[in-house]
Amino acid sequence: MQFEGHYPLTAYSDLTRVLAYTPDQTINAGQFLAQADALAKQFPAGGHILNLCQDRYHFMVGLAASILAGKASLLPSSHTPDTLRQMQAFAPDLFCLHDQPADGIDLPCLPYPHEPAVLPDATVNPSVPAEQLVAYVFTSGSTGMPVPHRKTWGKLVLDARAEARQLGTDTQNFSLVGTVPPQHMYGFESTVLLALHGHCSICSGRPFYPADIADALARTPRPRLLVTTPFHLQSLLDAGMDVPAVDLLLSATAPLNTELARAAETRLQAPLHEIYGCTETGQIASRRPTHGNSWQLLPGIRLEQEGDRHFASGGHIEVRTALSDVIQLQADGTFELLGRQADLINIAGKRTSLGYLNTQLQAVPGVHGGVFFMPDESDGPHITRLCAFVVAPELPAKQLLNALRERIDPIFLPRPLVFVDSLPHNATGKLTRSSLQSLLNEHLKSVQTNEPA
Amino acid sequence: MTTQTLSGAELDALIAEVAEQIVAALNLEMAAGEIDPDAPLFGDGLGLDSIDILEIALVISKKYGFQLRSDNQDNVRIFSSLRNLTQHIAANRTT
Repeated sequence: MQFEGHYPLTAYSDLTRVLAYTPDQTINAGQFLAQADALAKQFPAGGHILNLCQDRYHFMVGLAASILAGKASLLPSSHTPDTLRQMQAFAPDLFCLHDQPADGIDLPCLPYPHEPAVLPDATVNPSVPAEQLVAYVFTSGSTGMPVPHRKTWGKLVLDARAEARQLGTDTQNFSLVGTVPPQHMYGFESTVLLALHGHCSICSGRPFYPADIADALARTPRPRLLVTTPFHLQSLLDAGMDVPAVDLLLSATAPLNTELARAAETRLQAPLHEIYGCTETGQIASRRPTHGNSWQLLPGIRLEQEGDRHFASGGHIEVRTALSDVIQLQADGTFELLGRQADLINIAGKRTSLGYLNTQLQAVPGVHGGVFFMPDESDGPHITRLCAFVVAPELPAKQLLNALRERIDPIFLPRPLVFVDSLPHNATGKLTRSSLQSLLNEHLKSVQTNEPA
Repeated sequence: MTTQTLSGAELDALIAEVAEQIVAALNLEMAAGEIDPDAPLFGDGLGLDSIDILEIALVISKKYGFQLRSDNQDNVRIFSSLRNLTQHIAANRTT
């Protein structure tokens, strides 16, 4: 039944339709809804849930249960101990749903039922108010406090519909294999929401190694959609193994170079689409990187220029938002990305800002001064990592790294971490890129000289 | 698949070889011999993360001729130390 101002929990009036493939069964929409309903009844009283389920299907059941129980899901950008404390401060009634050992998680915990009872399929597709707050997705913020962004059910449904239309999954049922976590905005939209409202059937689990991705593809029927990142795509191609047929490729989180896009389309014989967006707005545009640089806005989205900044609004965007990229709008309504703001960091698709990292570093007891530095991307096979220069005469490196590990995602830990007597501030007190680059060069030279023969 | 049983000396030699591979693949600023064979590779041991693991998986597939899979029940144990990773390689290598 459809009410004014409401959207169903899944798009499918036929509840016998397959929603997910697990290694040993296919799960239809009716069974999914029954499992979500049963899980919702086990939830404790709190109004906020941290859904840490690694398995995409478990996450999806957890999300649906949360929606049915009227609880908001918190989706922080990392799960470091410090971030979890901040989440608990944000929502003191927070509890955690998990399908992996929850060691070190200092929250009331509910394990995902490992052997869920076989339930009669649900016969009703529940209706959810468009205004219902479903999730807070967090950005890391520049001051050290994560910033929440509200996501309501109505907007999330519009988001999935817009993407399905852009990709063509609305007219053909795709099996969806994702390599991205469902807890991050891209994975949330392009796997979980595409399953609930974009006519895709997801593959359960969380394929990580290239062989896992191949296995997951092999156990789902065609046509198949692979939702991934440039980093995972590169590693899949590098593995040089046979990959089962893919019919559509989707990449996001980091810019995809044309060479990789071409190689992927040639090797996997499937068109590759790229998504552009951010946590605040969700996805706003897509393109075929092998067909040119221009991005096409998703249905309903507007982009407006004010001075040198661009604001996105309309469609599924909750709040008109200034984009952090340098954008060139074209007369035909498409746009090109000219670059990122210098402060932003993106490593293998994880994003943060130098300002945030520096605040975290400087807050460690015993650090007198410190700065992160992102060297220019190298052409080599390695993902370029951050380095950090720190003045902390009495602090052992190990202790400093452990303190940072409490606060920031491991991907942003400095490599190398370089201890210096002082930082090369210039006359106006600034640390320039060139002075930090020469400091790094000096360090690399000294390491090479000291290396054992 | 035949599980190879290595002598202590053979295992030590393979541990040293795998350590060399890791240091080279990840461009680590340390000598291979400095990696404690029994310290965790993640977290407060060697401090590797998921990007590193994929890079190591690639090196293993090229050098030892088999693919790592995460549905392997032992996946957590495999990366719990250099020694365990090396034993896993010894048991699964095809080259």
